[in-house]
Amino acid sequence: MNIAVDISAIWPELFMAVAAMVMLMYGAFRGEGATRFVTWAGVLVLVVAALLVLAGPAGKTTAFNGQFVVDAFAVFAKVLLIAGAALALILAQPYNMREDIKQFEYPILIVFAVLGMMMMVSANDLLSLYVGLELQSLALYVVAAIRRDNLRSSEAGLKYFVLGALSSGILLYGMSLIYGFAGTTSFDGLAAAFATDSDAPVGVIVGLVFIAAGLAFKVSAVPFHMWTPDVYEGAPTPVTAFFAVAPKIAAMALFVRVMLEPFGDLVAEWQQVIWFISLASMILGSFAAIVQTNIKRLMAYSSIGHMGFVLVGLAAGNETGVQGILLYLTIYVFMNIGTFACILAMRRQGRMVEDIDQLAGLSKTNPYLAAALAVFMFSMAGIPPLAGFFAKFYVFLAAIEAGLYVLTVVGLLTSVVGAYYYLRIVKLMYFDEPAEAFDRAPGREITVIVTVTGLITMFFFIGLAPVLDGAEAAAAVLF
Amino acid sequence: MEELLLEYLPILIFLGLAVGLSGLMVMASVVVGARKPDPEKNSAYECGFDAFDDARMKFDVRFYLVAILFIIFDLEVAFLFPWAITLSDIGVFGFWSMIVFLGILTVGFVYEWRKGALEWE
Repeated sequence: MNIAVDISAIWPELFMAVAAMVMLMYGAFRGEGATRFVTWAGVLVLVVAALLVLAGPAGKTTAFNGQFVVDAFAVFAKVLLIAGAALALILAQPYNMREDIKQFEYPILIVFAVLGMMMMVSANDLLSLYVGLELQSLALYVVAAIRRDNLRSSEAGLKYFVLGALSSGILLYGMSLIYGFAGTTSFDGLAAAFATDSDAPVGVIVGLVFIAAGLAFKVSAVPFHMWTPDVYEGAPTPVTAFFAVAPKIAAMALFVRVMLEPFGDLVAEWQQVIWFISLASMILGSFAAIVQTNIKRLMAYSSIGHMGFVLVGLAAGNETGVQGILLYLTIYVFMNIGTFACILAMRRQGRMVEDIDQLAGLSKTNPYLAAALAVFMFSMAGIPPLAGFFAKFYVFLAAIEAGLYVLTVVGLLTSVVGAYYYLRIVKLMYFDEPAEAFDRAPGREITVIVTVTGLITMFFFIGLAPVLDGAEAAAAVLF
Repeated sequence: MEELLLEYLPILIFLGLAVGLSGLMVMASVVVGARKPDPEKNSAYECGFDAFDDARMKFDVRFYLVAILFIIFDLEVAFLFPWAITLSDIGVFGFWSMIVFLGILTVGFVYEWRKGALEWE
């Protein structure tokens, strides 16, 4: 073991950890006046970390006795989740200033959460997986309850904490069973143990199901989704925007790696589990969203549905599936950040408006915002040539390749149901009598992000080929 | 399997001793101890809470804060003991690993100090 080689594999993580501690010390000595500076420093740290990830070792490198792995898959997921986190942090800036969320800890906690996510994505051992997951979760619990004098926000934080702890417990129990029956926690060791064609012991299967349940909690797949709507509604909106992208990407990348690397030879055992949670998430995500009146709850059910679609790619269990997942997550980041930027612009007389009905006639009072939101809604519904269409196209292509016809048909039908509530928002904005206008000037950051993500969503097909190539190279690592 | 279980025999013996001895002491104090209760002896001790009261009451959050801060440094010591004993085996790498850990803890300590978490009033 050569420490210099190990360190060279973890430069981005090392940099983030040190930078976050420096920011913490700066904030502690400067007090609340430092918030603005620390926020932009946090964005800068994330950008530099993304560059360090891209400049990392080419090819697959393991470090620290095989606890940590850097490969094309990890690099792809890390860049994606850093992009989501950085956009969410920029979005939070004007909101936090206005709503008096003055804690300088906010950006620092985001950086720590992203550090945990990068650890998750690069985990090559059940224990380093768990450490990364906990670092992420602990930071997220605090961020959810960042408005501690607000009842909803505290409730969101507490609910997230209790259910998150439960899911961590389930996950750990599964890991202990796996360790007991397989005798190792390293992904390579587990893969080698299951490579022999003899049947896996029943304890391993039980452990595998527990791990799948714990991870399904983290990606909020049905039937482990119940915390999502409450947490999304209760947490401050920029926090919800962050929750909707970065942790989902990290948990999904982790899910894919865990299922395909150590348990890749047990496809027959876990495929039916993933098949079911994918099917249930798609169905519940589309039907439960219909009755929602709060746009943040709607986005929660929408994200449950999207995770169902992503899991279709995992249920396929082939290279096209993983490629589709990575493409889906890429598009998901931009669609979601854009939609939340629009939600953040929904303010009337200086107060946030979260009722869907209040969007009525937005095309007359604020045509720019209405057009942007319409693009995101059409894209989420999966209408070509917007980005969301390609996302769904590739996961279903993989499912067809794997012969999962029932899943594909149900998926297509639920995306039609989903189209109803996405298009209802468009209908409200364009064909209903105008409600009172929203406040002008939601903040320069929000306008810029709405524009950029809107353009990306609209013209994604231009950049589709390079993203697909990158996703293909990343997917190839796992097989 | 037999041999594996045999390795745990000392733990079983120790467990039996611990349960037996502590049970014995509790029983002895009940049986032979002199008891002369007075109001002062039955009153709340140190932390200021009534020992026998409704469980649903307001509880100062500062107690939790102190308890949590205590746990962090308690765990630090729990890590330091095995580290100190095996220092000759784990070498330079082990030494610097712990120094890094202590450095991170110090950052947290400075933070809580600056935030005023250590001040009672």
